[in-house]
Amino acid sequence: MLTLSDHILDITENSIRAGAKLIEISVDEDSENNLLTIEIKDDGHGMDQNTVQKVLDPFYTTKTVRRIGLGLPLLKDAAERSGGTFQINSQENQGTTVKATFGLRHLDRQPLGAIINIMVILIISNSDIDFFYKHRHNDRRFEMDTREIRKEIEDVPINHPQIIKYIRGTMEEGLREIEPEA
Amino acid sequence: MAKLTIDDLKKIKEKVHNEMSLRDGDRRVKITVHMGTCGIASGAKEVMDTLLAEIDEAKVHDVVVTTSGCMGLCSREPLVTVEIINEPPIKYEYVNPNKIRQIFKRHVLAGEIQTPFVLAKGSEITK
Repeated sequence: MLTLSDHILDITENSIRAGAKLIEISVDEDSENNLLTIEIKDDGHGMDQNTVQKVLDPFYTTKTVRRIGLGLPLLKDAAERSGGTFQINSQENQGTTVKATFGLRHLDRQPLGAIINIMVILIISNSDIDFFYKHRHNDRRFEMDTREIRKEIEDVPINHPQIIKYIRGTMEEGLREIEPEA
Repeated sequence: MAKLTIDDLKKIKEKVHNEMSLRDGDRRVKITVHMGTCGIASGAKEVMDTLLAEIDEAKVHDVVVTTSGCMGLCSREPLVTVEIINEPPIKYEYVNPNKIRQIFKRHVLAGEIQTPFVLAKGSEITK
């Protein structure tokens, strides 16, 4: 995991496996407080409190094909390495929220990386799931909501190459305008 | 460049509608890029980016791309499964951008299985 986008993709895959229909990804850059917050919120089937206690153990996983589960521990480590924090909240049948904070200008904070590519990969491979991407850089904001796009395109599939090109284009423009520091 | 707006989206919709009526939306191939923690950490994202660019360049419409989680063979990641309709799925191991280009051009488009990169033929059994 070299970039924070890799972590986002990884954690979002958990949400997809939990049967989520809407996944909200928020990146929040607060220069004044030297704080970067990444939050991934889903409406999947969630976990009971017993399971939540165990998810940060690298030797705990719900999968049976292998005995380790590193996604969440790696994100927690990446956050704490940059002086940040890590939180996970989950309610059974309601969903899970993962929140990690980072020192925005900390030397050991991983770069955000290719977030546009990550969103495109997620949308193309999971055309039945909605994604809401929010990015704030101080007073500038950018949002991309596949629910809004779906409303306009009606029966055209969201993973159609032309629609993907549009999504990529709006994200490039939007992020250029807010000039992310991360 | 002019800013993209909702109107652009509407135009795209019209255009796609016109094209869709001319073409059968058949799905011939499904390509799965395994995107567990292990896959992502070993470069599955770069493989996926390359694959999407190849599909875009080849202008094919019968190829579906999807992702899946880890299937327990982390040491052989990145893994890619190519399923051509009516043929057993082929799993490729240690895939990188160059290999996926070759797999796409030779296997997906021309039907020649790229044996040197193959891990297995058939579906995995997950408990």
